[in-house]
Amino acid sequence: MAKSEFVTPAKITRGLGSAKSGTSDHIRQRVTAIALVFLVPWFLYSVINASSIGYAGAAEWAGKPWNAILLILTAGAAFYHMRIGMQIVIEDYIAKTSTRSALLILNSFAVIALFVTVALSVLKLWIGAGA
Amino acid sequence: MSGTNRADPRPLSPHLQIWRPHATMFASITHRITGMGLYFGTFLIAAWLIALATGPEAYAQAEAVISGVPAQVILFVWTVAVLFHFAGGIRFLLWDGPHAGFKPKTASAVSVFLYVFAVLGSVAIWAAVLWL
Repeated sequence: MAKSEFVTPAKITRGLGSAKSGTSDHIRQRVTAIALVFLVPWFLYSVINASSIGYAGAAEWAGKPWNAILLILTAGAAFYHMRIGMQIVIEDYIAKTSTRSALLILNSFAVIALFVTVALSVLKLWIGAGA
Repeated sequence: MSGTNRADPRPLSPHLQIWRPHATMFASITHRITGMGLYFGTFLIAAWLIALATGPEAYAQAEAVISGVPAQVILFVWTVAVLFHFAGGIRFLLWDGPHAGFKPKTASAVSVFLYVFAVLGSVAIWAAVLWL
């Protein structure tokens, strides 16, 4: 069966589909994934080391400019990726509009609040280290 | 449900029960489950960093919780989930970008490899942390 039997010409031109946002989430999920391919190994290695050397050592580690920059980049890429992932799962499994909307809003609020808190925590450690 | 005479002629997606279980299916489901687990796990990892920024007392409390058995178990499971989702994610990137690894035998073998990599990789990381 031809595609035109199911989809109007206007829908084909817009290319948006049922989610109304086209392929934007799909592409963003992959772009953040590419960033995380590099950031996650650094993060695992660094956090394992930093968490085993006590408060002073860990604070000094997080306060170094490169570590602070990479920490905020990791948080940004990871939280963006998490937000889209959770959004897709909510859209897939929660059919009731009110529950779905509430969870989607909660997801955005939670992830953005966490990002701001983590970014300010890193900033505080950076400034505290006097770097 | 509306019986067999549907007015809408569009094809339905196949229902879960008609699928024969296969490796790529389990890997796909596990990718989604580990993703959800990592969502909540990341909040816990962030709590460690927030405790560090809060000060020595808060960090000492966080260290006490982390060194307990429940937190160590959660952290090990988190490591397995990270490695599975990481390697599975690279597989998805290779599928979407260069279209590599799509042959059924390759895809199935890679799916099995993901589980082996996640478990053995986590054991290796934890062995290195505990004994080196």
